[in-house]
Amino acid sequence: MVDPLTIAHGAEWTVKHGFVYPNEFIYWGLTIVMYPYMTGLVAGAFVLSSLYHVFGQKDLKDIAKFALVFSLALLPVAMMPLMLHLQQPLRGIEVMFTPHFTSAIAAFGMVFTTYSIIVLSEIWFVYRQYFVEQTRALKGSTDTGDQIKRVIYNVLTLGAYDISEEAVAKDHKAVTILAGIGIPVACFLHGYAGFIFGSVKANALWMSPLMPVIFIMSAVVSGIALCMLTYIIIMEWKKFRAVLRKGLGDESVTVIAGVEMDVMKKTSRYLIGFLIAAITLELLDIIFRGYTSMKSWDILREVMFEEDFTKIFILQYGLGNVLPFILLMLPKMTIRRLFVALCLILFGVFMMRWNVVIGGQAFSLSFSGFMNYDLPIIPHNLETYREGLFGALTVAATPFIIFWLINKIVPSMKEV
Amino acid sequence: MSCSRRTLLKNTVKGAIVASLPISAFRLLSPAELKAAIGDEKVRWGFVVDTTKCVGCGFCVKACKKENEIPYDAPITRTWVERYVVTRDEKVHADSPMGARDGFTSARIDEETMESGGEHTAEIEPAEIAKAFFVPKLCNQCEKPACVQVCPVGATYQTADGVVLIDRTWCIGCGYCVMACPYGVRFFHPKYKVADKCNFCYHRISKGLKTACVQACPFGARQIGNLRDPDDPVTQTIMNERVSVLKDEYGTKPQVFYLGLDYTVK
Repeated sequence: MVDPLTIAHGAEWTVKHGFVYPNEFIYWGLTIVMYPYMTGLVAGAFVLSSLYHVFGQKDLKDIAKFALVFSLALLPVAMMPLMLHLQQPLRGIEVMFTPHFTSAIAAFGMVFTTYSIIVLSEIWFVYRQYFVEQTRALKGSTDTGDQIKRVIYNVLTLGAYDISEEAVAKDHKAVTILAGIGIPVACFLHGYAGFIFGSVKANALWMSPLMPVIFIMSAVVSGIALCMLTYIIIMEWKKFRAVLRKGLGDESVTVIAGVEMDVMKKTSRYLIGFLIAAITLELLDIIFRGYTSMKSWDILREVMFEEDFTKIFILQYGLGNVLPFILLMLPKMTIRRLFVALCLILFGVFMMRWNVVIGGQAFSLSFSGFMNYDLPIIPHNLETYREGLFGALTVAATPFIIFWLINKIVPSMKEV
Repeated sequence: MSCSRRTLLKNTVKGAIVASLPISAFRLLSPAELKAAIGDEKVRWGFVVDTTKCVGCGFCVKACKKENEIPYDAPITRTWVERYVVTRDEKVHADSPMGARDGFTSARIDEETMESGGEHTAEIEPAEIAKAFFVPKLCNQCEKPACVQVCPVGATYQTADGVVLIDRTWCIGCGYCVMACPYGVRFFHPKYKVADKCNFCYHRISKGLKTACVQACPFGARQIGNLRDPDDPVTQTIMNERVSVLKDEYGTKPQVFYLGLDYTVK
């Protein structure tokens, strides 16, 4: 048994070579990769839903409601990796008690809470009519399940039972306003994650004023991609069930397939737009660093073009950006091709987060040494679980479980 | 349930008063108030490292680890010594095995050089060496500490006498300060699971003692003093000699001054 006091945090997954200061390790591992990735998905999903609610992009109507509920499911998960990462998770709440406002992290709790309130109230306004209708429909039912459901819906109405045309019109207005406020807040939430990295002056790779903007763009890309992907999976499942029940040639199967393709084609246009913006900004950042060739460029170049070449140029830009871009631009789109492209985009954004967070720690502050990250796969203690593959998988799986639970009460896929 | 506007407002006011009662138990302190609470304003602790006197024995590192209860066999350390060997072909080799806790016992450089492309360098031929020297490092107790700026909960703070301290009972262990320090002096304490770093042995200097490393150095390569006292030997050195600081490009205004610092020092 190794004495735990001889293990420095980070030493278990850091491999140093070259001249690295003794205290340097990869302190921010996979959990911190997951953090901007998850907040990005939240922000992206919300922006997608707002495009319909605020700007009246009618073509996004079907996916908007789904995206909104999904962004609620993702919300608690944006906090999860941070809590997993803290050395003192129980003290995390101190950020709310004694926020130290010169720190970029200090306002996180507040921004996050504001955003949560906006998402929750927007959902409430969207579904209020439905809650009231359910409460009335389930009245008098003797089934215990129905009775429990009725109590839940009754509570969710918050006592506002008025569903006259006038009241519902007011609801819609409130949704528009909330979605309108929500867009800058969602962008702020995520641009803010970018600022947390971009403002670290000690880190040559992170420090860039472009960082928040890059983060927002890639956030919207990943959020839209995840919404589309989940939408496809759910529609395919519906189609599959329809085929089982009514046979392959049934009209309902073609209707579902038609709707699915239609929604996807329209949404992918927005996806491509944001993807172009994201890639352009990232390339601008690299070109600028190369052209100005500051002191840190020597080591950055070595990290980008030698140490992490595969991760950055092959996995992130090649597989994650260029290939899906081509797949999306080719004529005669099919769901299968779209599915592949979306998976690749999500992977590409994940690799971007990885290359920022881990890549930023891949070189020493001495500018003459490197650190490699050995992802802990099989956990042998709490530390290697939290910061390892299984911790990240827990984080990645949670939104789908939450979405499944929320969907039991707030159906995001049905017409209401 | 019916609720008139009057009752609603009444209840809202009542609710707000009840809710604010527990909040009144907290007191908001301005950073200036906190700063004044600890430390003596007549003192500004500063440090001078004379690299020409350092022989790399590592006594300072050993003394520091023991004095400050930093786990002895863990690779982290509050202070460390770096060895630099510049060869005639202008290659810079540097290392600091275990922070030089046990000194430099071998002529072989522990680390690889960047130019060798990942191969371990063998022992460098003495004839090849152009110059070689040791550089002790510790927290710079910056005038504008980046670590204090980024702490989200204010668990790390600067005292009136200029030393940056960490509140072990309040640090949440996010590691933002570790990331923000350009000098790599911060780490997580394996026992307390919070950020840790050199604090100029604050428990000693505030009682009139020297730091453990200053005390342990047999050659006087390390000195601590009060920069607000013009007659202090450390202040005298800084005023009269040609001293430099590490990485001033970050604007942190380090308060550890070096004599004989080479441009190759990272």
